[in-house]
Amino acid sequence: MAKIQLNGKKVKIQRNLSIKDLIKKYKLKENKIAIELNGTILPKDHYKNKKVKNNDKIEIVQFIGGG
Amino acid sequence: MKKDDFKIGKRIIKSRLIVGTGKYKNFKQTADAVKASGAGMVTVAVRRVNILDKRKPILMDYLDPKKIIYLPNTAGCFTSKDALRTLRLAREMGGWKLVKLEVLGDKKTLYPNMIETLKSTEVLVREGFEVMVYSSDDPIIAKKLEDLGASAIMPLASPIGSGRGIKNKLNLSIIVSNAKVPVIIDAGIGTASDATIAMELGCDGVLINTAIAKAKDPIMMATSMKHAVLAGRKSYLAGRIGLQKFGLASSPNKGLI
Repeated sequence: MAKIQLNGKKVKIQRNLSIKDLIKKYKLKENKIAIELNGTILPKDHYKNKKVKNNDKIEIVQFIGGG
Repeated sequence: MKKDDFKIGKRIIKSRLIVGTGKYKNFKQTADAVKASGAGMVTVAVRRVNILDKRKPILMDYLDPKKIIYLPNTAGCFTSKDALRTLRLAREMGGWKLVKLEVLGDKKTLYPNMIETLKSTEVLVREGFEVMVYSSDDPIIAKKLEDLGASAIMPLASPIGSGRGIKNKLNLSIIVSNAKVPVIIDAGIGTASDATIAMELGCDGVLINTAIAKAKDPIMMATSMKHAVLAGRKSYLAGRIGLQKFGLASSPNKGLI
């Protein structure tokens, strides 16, 4: 297992998952989110090849209602 | 008559009323209010996905960004660093280059921090964003924002969510006179007449959230605001009459019996 911090919460996930797998696991849609990996924005075309590593800090954001 | 298009940059926006999507009871009500308002553009915030609740509905399921322009904002950001981070994420989400920058000064007044705002505007313009900027109602600052390349200046009428209406007509009309980019009143509108007054001052548009979302009947208030903005715009274009000190009869004296 890999321990990561996902949206501020400590989460354990399988090793060797790609970002794309992670998105799928949480039932999210690529075109409706943006991801920051360890403080840097991860472009969408990197989702497939980027593996999630132990201690990674991942932020997944979306649009919500706001003024 | 010349066509009265509302343009931001090269984009034509179908209504001069822009609405916020916060504070509604649910997404259904948000969508119904947006529809009733006739808005062509809505503001949205960027927040963490709720990873614990995978089935939670999301805004995009109710308001299709292909049918209405999403204007990502930086609500809740108090530093330039946070605002830039938020808007870069918004752009990554799906190519949103047209954004609303809002850097707040303190939690109590929600008044904008214009030093951080000016800094952020400069960076965002350099990075290719089209930036609509929430601003104080200081004419010099407004002009400075325009000089830095802001796509629209969005001065407050009164503090965010206060419903206090327009507190400084003079400053707003000076900003309008000086500006070559659209001036959109952002924050403070409480009721329909406030929106009309903003438009009569010559503002190009109005952004309203709380006054609609927190009305007793948000859908009816959305309709009311739509008409208020249209009425104010037409009144501005039609040109109001001059002020007289005393009465001027409307009926002719000739032929009086």
